[in-house]
Amino acid sequence: MATNLVEKAQIMDAEAIRRGMVRIAHEIIERNKGTEGLVLIGIRRRGVPLAQRLAAFIEEIEGRKVPVGVLDITLYRDDLTTRTDQPVVHRTEVPVAIAGKTIILADDVLYTGRTIRAALDALMDLGRPAQIQCAVLIDRGHRELPIRADYVIKNVPTSKREVIECHLTEIDGGDDKVMIMEKSEG
Amino acid sequence: MRLASKDVLGLQDMSTTDMQLILDTAESLKEIISRPIKKVPTLRGKTVLTLFYEPSTRTRTSFELAGKYMSADTVNIATTTSSVVKGETLRDTAKTVEVMGMDMVIMRHPISGSCHYLAKILDASVINAGDGMHEHPTQGLLDMFTIRQRKGRLKGLRVAIVGDIYHSRVARSNIWGLTKMGAEVVVAGPSTLIPPYIEELGVKAYTRVEEAIEGADVVNVLRLQLERQQKGLFPSTREYARIFGVNQERLALAKVDYLLMHPGPMNRGVEIASDVADGEHSTITEQVTNGVAIRMAILYLLLGGATDETAD
Repeated sequence: MATNLVEKAQIMDAEAIRRGMVRIAHEIIERNKGTEGLVLIGIRRRGVPLAQRLAAFIEEIEGRKVPVGVLDITLYRDDLTTRTDQPVVHRTEVPVAIAGKTIILADDVLYTGRTIRAALDALMDLGRPAQIQCAVLIDRGHRELPIRADYVIKNVPTSKREVIECHLTEIDGGDDKVMIMEKSEG
Repeated sequence: MRLASKDVLGLQDMSTTDMQLILDTAESLKEIISRPIKKVPTLRGKTVLTLFYEPSTRTRTSFELAGKYMSADTVNIATTTSSVVKGETLRDTAKTVEVMGMDMVIMRHPISGSCHYLAKILDASVINAGDGMHEHPTQGLLDMFTIRQRKGRLKGLRVAIVGDIYHSRVARSNIWGLTKMGAEVVVAGPSTLIPPYIEELGVKAYTRVEEAIEGADVVNVLRLQLERQQKGLFPSTREYARIFGVNQERLALAKVDYLLMHPGPMNRGVEIASDVADGEHSTITEQVTNGVAIRMAILYLLLGGATDETAD
């Protein structure tokens, strides 16, 4: 019984995503009173271009570079022992020591909260940051853990039958867009 | 992505896809070794046994560390202090530890094929850490990994394996692995230490070391395995060093950016001159670090996912 995904609606286009990124770039600077001690870390895969873009917007606004890192959470997943399609491990690349820094963790979709949980554990193993904040493109609800995002570009109420698909130029090619898909059994 | 088999027994039967997957995974995991906190929780609750019927420093230690860095529990049996000295058979020893809940047995044994036998009788995964004069697959993989990291590729490189080919499981694993990945392998050593069938494995054999080293991208020097040899294969280690030893003068025949490898332990001044072993082309210490990364990759790939196909 294969499940297919059928597109229900496009909820964001490239321009909406860009405006949202600019807004949360400002929010990050405002809340942290500048860029001192900030490190942006993207969760593989689609958190990575988001972190890079946020860093570019922040540099445009403040005129200062913010370091960007890449986190692979495969080794920290809580479903490793139950998955049969064993995920491929990719490299974690964090270019600076994170102890005492303010980490902005970036991901595309916040759903159950399990990815962020794994990312928090992975970060703690790299050092002891002063704080960790979370920035996401879409918050779709249905949390299974006590985790929330500090910066959200768009809140999207969804049902569990639905799937959010983010297309980002750097990874998927084409224009940026976010779509709601629905699972149909067929 | 997972490996085709529950065991890693040799490179002769391993597909290039599996070798590629192990090398790529090791590439991702290597970074953990240089972290201040060298631990990821991936293999929590998995138990790994190293069962060594022969002496070892780096292979056994690196398997144990690889397990520990991935949070597996590791147990060691050195056969000299175990029931093996009371005459327990391999089968009984292996069955005993399996019913204690071992998920994996890493074995080194003086008899070729012993790991294949073990893999057949155990449900646990078996990794061959060297079986007699047959294979040492994790050494082959870590050598390939070291070459690939330094040269960016394996395909089209000329790799010279020099020394005691006859007694070397490292040579066989390297030959099978490297030729499958598209490298050109040549071997050299005294004719008494080159097995007669060796060219059937797709390599060119020379009795003059200079001919093998000429134009090589990589020179992999093997240890003279005095403990395995019968007497009379060559007159003396001094004469061996003079005629077959790898030194500065002979290495001048290799490509200018050649790599010098040795699986360790070295007989300095016999198969390899001390100055080149510590020289700028040497990857000998890097090979040891890479050995931990390769073994972490294999542990992850064999123990990391679900074993039961219906578990999802």
